[in-house]
Amino acid sequence: MKKTGAQILIDALIRENVKVLFGYPGGVVIPIFDVIYETKEFTFVLTRHEQAAAHAADGYARATGEVGVCLATSGPGATNLITGIATAYLDSIPMVAITGQVATPLLGTDAFQEADVVGISRPITKHNFLVRSVKELPEIIRKAFYIASTGRPGPVLVDIPVDVSRAVLDDYQYPETVSIRSYNPVVECDIAQIDKAVELLSGSKKPLIFAGGGVNHAGAYEELRIFAEKTNIPVTTSLMGMGTFPAEHELFIGMPGMHGAKTANYSIQEADLILSIGVRFDDRVTGFVANFAPNASIVHIDIDPVTISKIVKVDVPVVADAKTALRLLIEKSSARPKNEWNTKVSGWKGEKLYTYTSSESVIKPQMVIEELYKFTGGNAVVATEVGQHQMWTAQYFRCNAPRTLLTSGGLGTMGFGLPAAMGAAMGIDGKPVMVIGGDGSIQMNIQELATLSINNIPVKIIILNNTFLGMVRQWQELFYDHRYSSTCMRGGFLCSSCVGIGACKKQYVPDFVAVAKGYNIAAFRAETPQQVLQVIKDGFAVNGPALMEFIVSPEENVFPMVPAGKSLDDILEG
Amino acid sequence: MKRHVLSLLVENHSGALSRVSGLFSSRGYNITSLSVAETEDPSVSQMTIVVYGEESILGQIFKQLDRLIDIINVTDYIDEPLIVREVVLVKVDNSTETRREVLELCSIFGARVLSTVPSNLVLELTGATESINDFIQMIKPYGIRGLVRSGATAISRSRD
Ligand SMILES: Cc1ncc(C[n+]2csc(CCOP(=O)(O)OP(=O)(O)O)c2C)c(N)n1
Repeated sequence: MKKTGAQILIDALIRENVKVLFGYPGGVVIPIFDVIYETKEFTFVLTRHEQAAAHAADGYARATGEVGVCLATSGPGATNLITGIATAYLDSIPMVAITGQVATPLLGTDAFQEADVVGISRPITKHNFLVRSVKELPEIIRKAFYIASTGRPGPVLVDIPVDVSRAVLDDYQYPETVSIRSYNPVVECDIAQIDKAVELLSGSKKPLIFAGGGVNHAGAYEELRIFAEKTNIPVTTSLMGMGTFPAEHELFIGMPGMHGAKTANYSIQEADLILSIGVRFDDRVTGFVANFAPNASIVHIDIDPVTISKIVKVDVPVVADAKTALRLLIEKSSARPKNEWNTKVSGWKGEKLYTYTSSESVIKPQMVIEELYKFTGGNAVVATEVGQHQMWTAQYFRCNAPRTLLTSGGLGTMGFGLPAAMGAAMGIDGKPVMVIGGDGSIQMNIQELATLSINNIPVKIIILNNTFLGMVRQWQELFYDHRYSSTCMRGGFLCSSCVGIGACKKQYVPDFVAVAKGYNIAAFRAETPQQVLQVIKDGFAVNGPALMEFIVSPEENVFPMVPAGKSLDDILEG
Repeated sequence: MKRHVLSLLVENHSGALSRVSGLFSSRGYNITSLSVAETEDPSVSQMTIVVYGEESILGQIFKQLDRLIDIINVTDYIDEPLIVREVVLVKVDNSTETRREVLELCSIFGARVLSTVPSNLVLELTGATESINDFIQMIKPYGIRGLVRSGATAISRSRD
């Protein structure tokens, strides 16, 4: 079939089953947009910033498990995608980013809107391609989707020069199969390693399961639950693993690490065996590494051999897909009755994993999240921005189903949540989608209110307004002698001396309710605890997007907290 | 810090080299020597990399190399019997007083004279890294006018 490069690209996206494409036009991608103009097979969402297009594709992928796709022009369009691609890379999210490029004869000449995006994105993509001729295009697109979605998933960038988009290929055929000699994502699980793990387990008195994002990618939630129930082993999940095991389950003991549950941290420090599955032992989880799980043998199941023994020394490495490995574990391990260890862990857990002091006079941010949880019955998809509100969401929005907490765990990207929620809402039906953000983060991609409004994408925007870049302020309070340098959102270089937030008479900007109205989005504000539930009801009653702002106690801290570099049992409490 | 000689088979196309070098530079590691050439299969290149570093960090870099899509195979020749060869080309002063001594050194080391003009001689030596180092030391007093040295290439002695 005779087709131009641009037509081939769009045909390939359709064949790859792409349902939604997020992007932004520009000079060198006009040929591609010209084909999109009459494409009915997928929805094109015009964001208001390319960074948002990348995060939206990422949010779509996190919520649906499908590859997310975004498209931007060369130069500034492409560089605007970079933060979004890096965010997806650190959380192993399957994504294909397509960028336009200057024409091949101009490559490397500092042409108008030229940036070496293949060079720039090399360390933050699983792989990337520069398409040098239209002949290569079909195979490259096929490979891009294959690489992005298999093995340990990740973002793949395809850079397409404008002359390639315009060029005509006489005998276009989309490749049926794909194989790359140097890439074999299917790993055979070594049974002998599983046997070793099972043997350790049978001798263990204090076993613990530590599950992460890999369980999500493998879709191994059922297997995880069956294995945990058969063996009665308590389960902790990393931030990226939230939802892979029901938070309401009696064996669940919360998230470990810096702002993790005490139960989880104490359990790690006392366990004699940790079965870790699809985790990467981030420094926010391990605390002081040399004293991480000092009494435990560690079994590490991961599809990526690079993660194994990267941070902590592993006793039994198992290179495998989490689903395969868990199935084998279920089959080979024998039922284990509850013992004193279970009693001890339950004792730590008590009634609640996390607690805070409630208030009648000022809205506690934790309380807003508890109310949101109760109101939705937990049946919602929640994206977060980055900061204190992110940790409170992980603590108080009990995540019971997979792919319902979308958060930038690895890169910690402020500005992720709003566009990610938008992407998720484009991918799923039947569940409300919300973003919980701080007043700092939400402003980093606030222009997307336009995209939500124009397209009536029903994202509920929750802002916990504490007038601070709260997470940084918390560190300044605890470790820098209360010196709030550049973290107050009312402050600026005109403040000569600070009278403290209580006495400050300066106006807060922006008025988020007015901003939302400017975008023609319904908006509500609660300033007292008594107004919280009504605002939630009003916001969720709107048929379409709605913004809910909660003026919360400004200097609330996230606890428990393991200060950076300390052991997991060295816990600060409020 | 130990010396590692790495042999990589990589896809012979643009970008592959910078993917490889990026994994070293992102950790602040320097590549001591590098040589790249096409193999008997023109779609595949062979790279030999010599690098010094912390065992644990290098171990991770090697696993990351293996993970790169463009890398077909990685071998770390740390504990294997190995034949390593480098080439050096040296331009040295040509004078009637010293010429005999220079030629004598050449015959001791097995170096060849590639060109002779009244002002200088161009010498070539292929050998193990250490003997090349020694040769350069010995030639230095005679006035080196130019010197280029290839990266190491290596092949294992094993029987398979
Ligand atoms: C793009 C980006 N810039 C800076 C940071 C550093 N940072 C981490 S949390 C935080 C404060 C976030 O403030 P806000 O969104 O208001 O949330 P809060 O902590 O108050 O809940 C900052 C500045 C970051 N994570 N991302």
